[in-house]
Amino acid sequence: MTEHSTLLYIILMILTTNLIRVLPLTLIRGKIKNKFLQSFLYYVPYVTLAVMTFPAIMDATQIPIAGLAALIAGIIAAYFGLGLFPVSIICCLIVFVLETFMV
Amino acid sequence: MSRNNALLKGMRDGIPIGLGYFAVSFSLGIMAKKGGLTALEGFIASFFTRASAGEYGVYSLVALGASYIEVFIMCLITNARYLLMSTALSQKFDPSTSLFKRILVGCCVTDEIFGISIGFPGYLDPTYTYGAALVSSPMWAAGTACGIIAGTVLPVRAVSALSVALYGMFLAIIVPPSKRNKAVMIAVLCSFALSFICSYAPLVSSLSAGTRTIILTIVISAAAALIKPHVPEDEEKEASHD
Repeated sequence: MTEHSTLLYIILMILTTNLIRVLPLTLIRGKIKNKFLQSFLYYVPYVTLAVMTFPAIMDATQIPIAGLAALIAGIIAAYFGLGLFPVSIICCLIVFVLETFMV
Repeated sequence: MSRNNALLKGMRDGIPIGLGYFAVSFSLGIMAKKGGLTALEGFIASFFTRASAGEYGVYSLVALGASYIEVFIMCLITNARYLLMSTALSQKFDPSTSLFKRILVGCCVTDEIFGISIGFPGYLDPTYTYGAALVSSPMWAAGTACGIIAGTVLPVRAVSALSVALYGMFLAIIVPPSKRNKAVMIAVLCSFALSFICSYAPLVSSLSAGTRTIILTIVISAAAALIKPHVPEDEEKEASHD
């Protein structure tokens, strides 16, 4: 934390994130032709979210098994078509209940 | 649909999105707090960024005192999907749409706002997107600020439970496409496995979590793109389901 400014981190994040959103809308008139780049960009969001979720979810909770249970419950809930909000709530509840009995 | 109606419809559709945002960004606030952000900083950062995975990644890097270049690369990697979404959205515009409107709509893009905007009948009326963003963005920002303030006040068990909300949202984003597309499912399962192995394996585990995320994302996505190239026709079909 020491030599870095929180404000600069925030400004950098705001500028970069919004630039990514704005550039294609303003610059790309046609479609991306490169098939590899297209495919790469297609997989990126899913891969990066999966990498960030596991095993990190087991470190977020007091006991790793609660995080693992939340992961499994979340996958099942999402598989059966529940949206962002209900899936999140189910994961939270699983952790809350398990840790009530196990911690 | 008149301009006014589109704005109101957007605002109405923004309410459920905003409610979901609040719960999820609360857990983002807990991570932002670890990065040393104040509630005001968190509010401003979230209001102008509105990127769950991107913000989460950045705050975790900030907590580690990472370099600006790492933060920049993290933003590029975690938000790369917005490149695709904005590209798809550019096809929804009336060709005569002004540059200013294109920039403003671009800034509004999130997973959810993209989803409802792409579903707008005919050419996208930018005011519809503005309406949804106008209602949902303050709730996203308020959730982050509340997480920063209350994250330390709440009992440990409640914080522990809320901390997984964000992961729940990530799962809700990655599971449905995995169900439809076997290649995505395999890429996701490989990501879980390799991420797990790399957080314990010698050498690799000594890298920061952020750097590991970036390296694994590039390697796995590139491998998936080489093994199973994705044709854009499928993508449009899938986007219409989301």
